[in-house]
Amino acid sequence: MTSIDTLFPLGWQHYLAGGLLIGAGVALLFVLTGRVGGMSTVFSSSWSWLVRRPFFQQPRFTESRSWRLVYALGLVLGAALWWQLVAGGQPQTTGVATWQLFVGGLLVGFGARLANGCTSGHGICGLGSLQWPSLWAVLTFMGTAFLTANLVARWLS
Amino acid sequence: MSAGRNPVARFAVTLLAGALFGFGLALSTMIQPEVVLQFLRWQDFGLTLVMGGAVVVTALAYKLIPRLLKEPFLGGHFHQHQSQWNRQTAVGSALFGVGWGLCGVCPGPAIAALGVGNWSLTYALVGIALGALVQGWLAKE
Repeated sequence: MTSIDTLFPLGWQHYLAGGLLIGAGVALLFVLTGRVGGMSTVFSSSWSWLVRRPFFQQPRFTESRSWRLVYALGLVLGAALWWQLVAGGQPQTTGVATWQLFVGGLLVGFGARLANGCTSGHGICGLGSLQWPSLWAVLTFMGTAFLTANLVARWLS
Repeated sequence: MSAGRNPVARFAVTLLAGALFGFGLALSTMIQPEVVLQFLRWQDFGLTLVMGGAVVVTALAYKLIPRLLKEPFLGGHFHQHQSQWNRQTAVGSALFGVGWGLCGVCPGPAIAALGVGNWSLTYALVGIALGALVQGWLAKE
């Protein structure tokens, strides 16, 4: 069992259970409504309420913006349920620096929307529909993420 | 909601699907940037199980359901994730990875973190929203 402990020092069950639940959410959305539930599009479609530029007024954003926001609201509710039921409402915090969160976020938002998908859009929905371009996208962002995270750990610690 | 039958049911299902997703993200600790960064530094391979588990369930649904059902239970049609491999996808994915490796937060967890009161992650959430705004602003169409 030593090798399992090395790969998953914090245990593995909660990872697999969480992944199956995420898949169940995406599958449920598809079976009942036919919708493909990636997460990053909501960050473009929601701007369509405020920004008149033609890019944001494309039908793919204006026609999906309502349900995408409801889906995002569900995400918040689900996490809140976990927080109250499992984590007992313990305060959650992170030690990652504010500038890293903000600058990283900018790149995540810009990159995911340029690539038309993120860890859920390409990673879960794209791979789930066996799309080769999504596999290349996942390998690309995993590659640059590995590189960045390791370099940052070396330089900032 | 979008045009179609059963607007109330579609609302409820979309909310429930999001809630399953959010509960799963929280349970698997993917809303904690430290855990994601540990994966990216090859110290904990949990993320492979999260993504693997989610992909298998999703793949089964995407593959089997359209064969068994003519249309979704609540009407409409089965959509497809359309990915293309081109310069935009390549550059966008590379930039996404740099950002993800810097902060350990991707779009789903940034939203879900609001539900657990981890307000620090709001910096990432705002960053993602602004990044998406800039991308659309600069896009030709």
